[in-house]
Amino acid sequence: MIGKGILKGMMETARNLTGSFHDPERLTTVSYPEEKIPAKENARNFPFLVYDGDDWESGLRCVSCQICEKECPPQCIYIEKDTQKKADFLGKLQFQPKVFDIDVSVCMGCQICVEVCPFESIRMDRDFEYAKSDRFEGLLLHKEQLAKSNKYYHQIHPTEATETDAIREGKRQDHLAKERAKAEKLAQAKEAASKSQSKEPNKE
Amino acid sequence: MNSAQATPSSDKAQAGPMFESKTSDQAPSLDGTERMEVSMGPHHPSTHGVFRMDVELEGETVVKLKPVFGYLHRNHEKIAEGTSYLGSMPYTDRLDYFNSMTNNWAYALSVEKLAGIEVPERAEYIRVITAELSRLQNHVCLIGFLVQDMGALGTPLMYAFRERERILDLFESLTGARMMCNYMRFGGCRCDVTPAWLRQAHQVTEAFPRFLDEFEALLSENEVLLSRSQGVGALGQDLAIAAGVTGPMLRATGVNYDLRKADAYGIYNRFNFRVPLGSHGDVFDRYMIRILEMRESIAILRQAIRDIPDGDYVHPKAKLRGFKPPMGEAYGRIEAPKGELGFYLISDGSPKPYRFKVRPPSFINLTILEDMCLGQTVADAVIILGSVDIVLGEVDR
Repeated sequence: MIGKGILKGMMETARNLTGSFHDPERLTTVSYPEEKIPAKENARNFPFLVYDGDDWESGLRCVSCQICEKECPPQCIYIEKDTQKKADFLGKLQFQPKVFDIDVSVCMGCQICVEVCPFESIRMDRDFEYAKSDRFEGLLLHKEQLAKSNKYYHQIHPTEATETDAIREGKRQDHLAKERAKAEKLAQAKEAASKSQSKEPNKE
Repeated sequence: MNSAQATPSSDKAQAGPMFESKTSDQAPSLDGTERMEVSMGPHHPSTHGVFRMDVELEGETVVKLKPVFGYLHRNHEKIAEGTSYLGSMPYTDRLDYFNSMTNNWAYALSVEKLAGIEVPERAEYIRVITAELSRLQNHVCLIGFLVQDMGALGTPLMYAFRERERILDLFESLTGARMMCNYMRFGGCRCDVTPAWLRQAHQVTEAFPRFLDEFEALLSENEVLLSRSQGVGALGQDLAIAAGVTGPMLRATGVNYDLRKADAYGIYNRFNFRVPLGSHGDVFDRYMIRILEMRESIAILRQAIRDIPDGDYVHPKAKLRGFKPPMGEAYGRIEAPKGELGFYLISDGSPKPYRFKVRPPSFINLTILEDMCLGQTVADAVIILGSVDIVLGEVDR
């Protein structure tokens, strides 16, 4: 019978229509921006710079090694090294960026900068409401806009941030152990030196 | 001063008209009407992107058709020759932007072939799962677009997108991005799948057949769809093989050629699945092949999610930075949802590829558009184009 297939299809449409009133499986849309779907934990779009503590300038993890600048596929990162060094979380003197710009109109959010960063300093943000009236200056983010606290990082990617903290804690422990070993060696050397010094006058 | 400026421009104006008016060398046809040339596109809603068909019409019948593409050319191959091997990975996402997972896999596969990198077993399973999910959402969307071309405005496409969203949610929670996943790495994947993610993937897989049944009830017996698609745009086996057509387009003509069986790349020889074949090579067969392929993909997904072993998700010695494959060349290919997707790489031992060539399935499938459209009406040409399953990001690169 001609029209049977169409009727069968119409039944399906009717089922979806009635279902959309009570079944969340059949009505999956929300009315943005009044209502928002909670973001996924892994969601990423543009990078930001993590800082420890409360002051973004002194706590910035970036040591301006420029690896992300080299690896970035669309070349959207621009870094200038500062001549002045500052102490990092291990107490070592490290370089810091004088200029750190990311052009988010070029950035494609591929996360390669995050993967290659050896200092856990650049991470992916998930803030997507970036519309600006000025597409050149407005979308060129400088380091003061890019710097976001570790607390914020914990807020948006809790699992990843905890893992990162563990890595950094491990680095700190390694560093402390090394310092201790160095100190011990130094003390031993001193002791040996003082012993030999104390021995020497005896010999004479 | 004014006259000095005006002289060169007036010279130019006298040099002749910029565009010569086209005079048709076709004689008027027997009933006294002239043939009409219609330029469909590049901003035609039925062309799935910026693609133009120069159609010559005799009444409503297509007598000549010239596909014109290149509007979305982005220099992908040349850019890849200027960046590191890893740096090209996010660019491959943007080839066929529906299936970034399979694009990543094809590229990773050819680099692994080039450098001789082993892939751990768990990573192979993850790749199969993500690729088959990707195939599901590609086919379901293609059918939505195809029936929209036939005039079903919205409803089936909306249902298709609703189901696709569930798969994109899976991709987002795994990789961070819905479409531009950038997930595969040379020697594995970027991050591991969690048990919770596998459970969710299992749920989506188990819920999908019910949707497919509904979708088929909505479409497969619909008389309008049958009369619009059966016998339209038929493609012969010999022509399809000679033109290098691959994927569902080729299998709809009845040629049993699926790289998952023919090459058995990755670990596809471990799964039990069938390759659906058509017999007429018309638009309806292409529609039906995709429905059946989705059912087989679900079978593969069930087996893969059940069997996934523990282990590394990436080869422990795989390098992220400073990756330099030895000198040589390699061609890696996979069965992407649209056909055979291949990457041909030549390495001169430096961190950048010497030559980077993509074999895009939708570009090669599109080249025989004229042969399928001749003698059909304009409205049929639109659905024939829809059934080829093209993505202009991949056609133009």
